[in-house]
Amino acid sequence: MTASEFEPWNDPEAKPLIHFQNVTKRYGEFTAIDNLTIDIYEREFYALLGPSGCGKTTLMRMLAGFETPTEGKIFLAGQDIAPVPPNKRAVNMMFQSYALFPHLSVWENIAFGLKREKMPKHDIDDRVEAMLKLTRLEKFARRKPHQISGGQRQRVALARSLAKHPKLLLLDEPLGALDKKLRQDTQFELMDIQEKTGTTFVIVTHDQEEAMTVASRVAVMDHGKIIQVATPDRIYENPNSVYVADFIGDVNLIEGTATPNGSDAYAMSWHEGHPPLTVKSPNAFSDGQKCHLAIRPEKVAISSEQPAEADNAVQGRILDIAYLGNISTYHVELPTGAVIKAQTANTRRIARRAFTWEDTVWLSWTATAGVLLAD
Amino acid sequence: MNRMSWFNAVSLTLGFAFLYIPMVILVIFSFNESKLVTVWAGFSTKWYGELLQNEAFLNAAWVTIKVAVFSSTMATVLGTIAAYVLVRGGRFMGRTLFSGMIYAPLVMPEVITGLSLLLLFIGIGLDRGVFTIVLAHTTFAMCYVSVVVSSRLVTFDRSLEEAALDLGCSPAEAFRLVTLPIIAPAVISGWLLAFTLSLDDLVIASFTSGPSATTLPIKIFSAVRLGVSPEINALSTIMISIVTVGVITASLVTKHQVARQKREEQAAERA
Repeated sequence: MTASEFEPWNDPEAKPLIHFQNVTKRYGEFTAIDNLTIDIYEREFYALLGPSGCGKTTLMRMLAGFETPTEGKIFLAGQDIAPVPPNKRAVNMMFQSYALFPHLSVWENIAFGLKREKMPKHDIDDRVEAMLKLTRLEKFARRKPHQISGGQRQRVALARSLAKHPKLLLLDEPLGALDKKLRQDTQFELMDIQEKTGTTFVIVTHDQEEAMTVASRVAVMDHGKIIQVATPDRIYENPNSVYVADFIGDVNLIEGTATPNGSDAYAMSWHEGHPPLTVKSPNAFSDGQKCHLAIRPEKVAISSEQPAEADNAVQGRILDIAYLGNISTYHVELPTGAVIKAQTANTRRIARRAFTWEDTVWLSWTATAGVLLAD
Repeated sequence: MNRMSWFNAVSLTLGFAFLYIPMVILVIFSFNESKLVTVWAGFSTKWYGELLQNEAFLNAAWVTIKVAVFSSTMATVLGTIAAYVLVRGGRFMGRTLFSGMIYAPLVMPEVITGLSLLLLFIGIGLDRGVFTIVLAHTTFAMCYVSVVVSSRLVTFDRSLEEAALDLGCSPAEAFRLVTLPIIAPAVISGWLLAFTLSLDDLVIASFTSGPSATTLPIKIFSAVRLGVSPEINALSTIMISIVTVGVITASLVTKHQVARQKREEQAAERA
């Protein structure tokens, strides 16, 4: 590990910018946030990811000050922020609807927060100009929000929320209203701006691709609890539960029982009459414990002949082919009835594709390709 | 363009004739030379001239305008506050009861409103005059304003206010700098509605007016009881034309604004 890598969460000395301490939020009978403890560090780009209703928006609104925790405490830079109203917090938010003030021009929208601070006029001018430049909106300063396009509105909202130099910027589904192509460009722009300004960003999204692209760490939430917090690659490669494995990306889940077989290695029996699968796992399993093997489709190789030296190989029949242009996903039915997805890059033209429907093929993967997860 | 069917044409003609023939007759007879309202004796504008000499009518008109301006302004302030609290106040005790009660004066017969106000003013020993009419009109116009403003507030994107708070506004500043400018059209139409209601109210005003103050509708009503004079026709014609000009201007302005906004949005999408 090099020193230049940004990983304050691995540094025991690092003080978190935000600390949630056993925070619970209840609305009547409904528990939106359930005894949650997390740390978010300075300069982080922290993504809250989960299905709708998982509590991610509530979490963000508590940081902004629009909701107060029922139990527990939230610290911002070491200070308990429960008694601080939203207008006194060094936290700004970019709203999902952008919430641009329709009666004010782009310039006035960006200057709005600065004027409330009673900043001298020429400082406001400078700051707004800098924000317009950062978001490439110089030409639109005099326009009203309804006179600019959706992508430009999104940038105005970002500029407005960054203008006050917040310690923390909250982004609520910031790209939800943009079309796919614009969204992808904007993701990189967001990362760029985050790096330039050095602000801590917390983003709420239900789009896992977006979370993986922009975030330094991703927190996967479900039913008011954090299931896993990790860097995008660890979330993808080493999910800690079947829920996370299934929620992030595409995955094959094979159910079976584990039998220890050497150090960190397990033989996993998964179906009567089939040889057990060889799996390496750092997680410990007892003899006969029920488990799931989670394996990503792109880590499953597909071939017409039985591979000579594969750790695991199973035979099946191609049920379906999803052609996505750059890649193809093959749905292969095993004799047990289970369907395994295998993904390959289309490095050759489609006319030269080796397999077609109903072909009998071999699927193979290495012992370390998948992750063994407890029930 | 489709040609209109004969059925539609007839319905349209009959409907509009029903609405406008009485007014047209009134306007025509306001230019009548004769003192007898129902006998045409040639064209003349002399009744308009006489109207301008009639101090009682002019005084009543002045009282009416004063009452309408003051009462609609007060009703707009109170009605807007009430609407804001009822829509945004969260779930406080008795909120449903309050929102029901704010609509009640809309369906209350005016005679009852007028009578109850009269009893109140007598009870607290308030001398009846311009001030009591203003109070009475504020009372009943306020709920109309509140209805108009709350229907706008219901569709108001709440995150705009949250954004204002987030950017450092106190709740009062957020209302003044963001909410109020955005709901201003609804507040203005509430004011106009209150103004119009006050202008043409007869029943409540006649309960709450005193000898010192008479509004125009009361004056007209009592004059007509002694027989319709062409002067009243002239006065009514002036009122009709003021209203017509107001309505046409308002709709032209709205149309112009909508068209401009649409053009600008299209331009923004193309850019």
